[in-house]
Amino acid sequence: MLTTEERQRNPILKKLHLDGPLLLGLLALAVTSLFVVYSASGESEALVWRQAIRVSAAFVGLFIIAQFPPRFFERFSPILFGFGLLLLVAVLLFGEVGKGAQRWLDIGPVTIQPSEIMKLAVPMMIAWYVNRRAIPIRLGRLVIALTLVLIPVLLIAKQPDLGTSLLVASAGIFVIFLAGLSWRLITVAVALVAAFTPILWMYLMHDYQRQRVLTFLNPERDPLGSGYHIIQSKIAIGSGGIDGKGWLQGTQSQLEFLPERHTDFIFSVFSEEFGLIGVTLLLALYGFVILRGLIISLRAQDIFSKLLGGALTLTFFVYVFVNIGMVSGLLPVVGVPLPLISYGGTSMVTILAGFGILMSIATHHRLIINQ
Amino acid sequence: MRTRTPIRDTESESSLFARRVFVAIGIIAAVFILLIGNLYNLQVKEHTELQTRSNDNRIKLLPLAPNRGLIYDRNGVLLAENLPIFSLDIIPEEIKDLDTTIAELRQILTISDDDIAQFERNLRGQRRFSNVTLLDDINEQQVATFAAHQHKFPGVSIEARLVRHYPYKELLTHVVGYVAKINRRDVERLKQNDELANYAASRTIGKLGIEKYYESELHGEVGYQRVEVNNRGRAVRTLSTEAPVPGQDIVLELDIELQRKATEILGERRGSIILMDAKTGGILAMASTPSYDANWFVNGISVKRYQSLLNSKDSPLLNRATQGGYPPASTIKPHIGLLGLEEGVITPTSRIWDPGWFEIKGVDRRYRDWLSWGHGWVNINTAIAESCDTFYYDLALKLGVDKISGFMTQFGFGETTGIDINEEIPALMPSRGWKRARYNQPWYAGETLSVGIGQSYWTATPMQLVSATAALANQGEHLVPRLLRGFGTIGRLTLAEPAYKRPIVLKDESHWQVVKQGMEDVNMGAKGSARRAFADAPYTSAGKTGTAQVVNLAEDAEYVAEEIAEKYRDNAMYVGYAPADDPQVVISVALENVIGGGGSVAAPAAREMLDSWYQRYMQVTEQGLANADD
Repeated sequence: MLTTEERQRNPILKKLHLDGPLLLGLLALAVTSLFVVYSASGESEALVWRQAIRVSAAFVGLFIIAQFPPRFFERFSPILFGFGLLLLVAVLLFGEVGKGAQRWLDIGPVTIQPSEIMKLAVPMMIAWYVNRRAIPIRLGRLVIALTLVLIPVLLIAKQPDLGTSLLVASAGIFVIFLAGLSWRLITVAVALVAAFTPILWMYLMHDYQRQRVLTFLNPERDPLGSGYHIIQSKIAIGSGGIDGKGWLQGTQSQLEFLPERHTDFIFSVFSEEFGLIGVTLLLALYGFVILRGLIISLRAQDIFSKLLGGALTLTFFVYVFVNIGMVSGLLPVVGVPLPLISYGGTSMVTILAGFGILMSIATHHRLIINQ
Repeated sequence: MRTRTPIRDTESESSLFARRVFVAIGIIAAVFILLIGNLYNLQVKEHTELQTRSNDNRIKLLPLAPNRGLIYDRNGVLLAENLPIFSLDIIPEEIKDLDTTIAELRQILTISDDDIAQFERNLRGQRRFSNVTLLDDINEQQVATFAAHQHKFPGVSIEARLVRHYPYKELLTHVVGYVAKINRRDVERLKQNDELANYAASRTIGKLGIEKYYESELHGEVGYQRVEVNNRGRAVRTLSTEAPVPGQDIVLELDIELQRKATEILGERRGSIILMDAKTGGILAMASTPSYDANWFVNGISVKRYQSLLNSKDSPLLNRATQGGYPPASTIKPHIGLLGLEEGVITPTSRIWDPGWFEIKGVDRRYRDWLSWGHGWVNINTAIAESCDTFYYDLALKLGVDKISGFMTQFGFGETTGIDINEEIPALMPSRGWKRARYNQPWYAGETLSVGIGQSYWTATPMQLVSATAALANQGEHLVPRLLRGFGTIGRLTLAEPAYKRPIVLKDESHWQVVKQGMEDVNMGAKGSARRAFADAPYTSAGKTGTAQVVNLAEDAEYVAEEIAEKYRDNAMYVGYAPADDPQVVISVALENVIGGGGSVAAPAAREMLDSWYQRYMQVTEQGLANADD
């Protein structure tokens, strides 16, 4: 078996419960992040150091998580999910308000963002629930599964945090999709989503979110107001050309025309400085990580691991797609960071924790025993 | 416990999962192609346009104002200079809370409510990320006070710039004029002339006098600094600089000492004195009183002060030298005499009897001479020297108004002299056609008599009188009066060439001497109307006095100046030149509503003026005008 070969090829990594290619891809992204953050922060060494420390801490987290067998996560899923739900409710009731949204929970010395927990807890919970029976999933259980997804998603959307709720929702839905949801139902679901959109627009979206969508549809509508960000971002990307302006040479970013340049819009900085060649390589790196994640899922030995691994990988892909799509004008600006590249600790920790689970799946093997 | 399916077909479940993963991979591949395709569009297809927009973002052209050319008098005395001043400027976009900032500034600096009102007016229509002045012309104490607190006020700064200053204040306002803030009309005009870009950094523009007339030479050319700016518009580095080209310096024909003298002579009276170089048309002095301080306008005049200037009954804003339309009165008798000689209506020796009045045949009205008992026998010479009206009533009637009007137009009456300031009126040379067009009325013979002594509808500016007198003194050579001596500075001066109008050509050249002799006798003859004023002058001179009625008196009314309201008193006029045999300077004097006439008031003023000129230019060298760069 392939797994045997790998085990023989990389005994040390195997013992450490790490997957070599995946680790390599993640490290490559993390190192890239340090260089881009340095440029995007106006050459702030302090910021790079902070980012380096966060990355290191997140990798330690990944390593620790990878030591637990998938079985553990399966058992742990309902508990984490329930705990997460409680925290979400707590946030709504007692949460810290910042930037017009209620996302943080202040517990003693630390503030936590329960919606981040849900990025892992939801796919775990759904995978756990789906795996109670054989796949493909049947209609009745599908309704329950969807409800399990929808509750945290709505709670997060209410904070309001559209980006995170979108990611949490996709994580849950990916599990259901991978669990063989029938194409007919998918068609129906798409139709339902289409029907739901006006409701979302009218009742659930905040004014600033609606503005973002309107501006997305036509950024030049308000070039000095809400369209400013996306216009400046497109200028940054486009002016990079094929080979880019060079590291630290991007005028759009260095002269601060780009908003949120070291966080959500870091891809624009990267594009301006490294051009089409750079972004193609970056996307290739992401593609490699995603593909590796899917291969691990395909090789996983139980359905829970497969579903969870697949869903986490696909969610990672959604991160990449939504962020690049929004900064290059394909999608509305929803505030999703570029995974592993954007400055910021919270999402970095969650994403690497997810990859820790994938490492666990890749390196823990048990006997396949059908009950 | 829930029931579980006893046996799960892991193989088929795995293969279902695998199929779904492959579908997902397909979708992911498609999305990546979409992303790359979109980036390709931006970075390759739209690259040029977005590159341009990126450069537009970061590169700003900062215009640099050229230094305005300085203005000197003929001896190199500075008449208009540029002084550095400091202003407290604000870039509104860089300030979070404008009201708080201003309140805090008020704690360290004196800022009046007017300043704030003015600031708020300036705030509107200001370009993004440009300075708006809060306090103008602050002193060094205030500069130091602000500098100590500067760190607390990002977006507020002290800016230094040059502003125009006129050290002679009201003495030269009607000559040099002034610059003032560029207003909307100026912008429109600059736009039409495609000159707006050249004023990108300029705050002021010439509004009056020399400053306006020679605006394009004085202003210079704007320079640019290409700077890289950040998103707050703050320049982070200079990419290149194109220095502004300073405006040309100007030297005027004016002699500031003679100008001061002319103004002194006028004193509290309303009027004008012009002294012109008879050889070049250069204006040595051009005074108009009352005047006002040109500096008031440079930084914006207050509404109150402007209203008081505008509404003053003394009309200080009026440049009497070129905009004052006065009846020329007897000052034009030499010219009309010349026409009489040319037309053969009179000869140098023909004479008439003056009983003190004149009658048109068939009209029951006597036209009075100023000398009620009459001059007795008068010829052209005595008619000029003693300023006999009756002689001219007779002559004018014989010539007719249209002949007079046509000939006087050749001397420049009824049209602008073309002096190099814009504040000039053509005044009025009446004719039959003009009256028909203006009033739709026929011309009356009595009006011709009035025209014969320079009254009726006839008005002339002191500048026209100087120009017409110079044409007579120069025997037909018709100089255009000019304030400009040349561009450059003393020592490196490009002298302006004298300009001429069409010369006046006589059928008989000897007629010039006939009337000029009459004018010499005005000043130097035994019965000359200005003989007292010019008694014992160290130089020879010629001239003509004039006294213009402001109101028509009844046929037999007695005119007693002291008894009538000031504004109805006579105007006293004088024109002349000196020396008589080789005219070097021409003078005109106009005094409004004075007690006395041309001979008793205007001629002494001219004498005083000519004495000053003589002392400065003739006594020392005895060889013509001493020019600083000769």
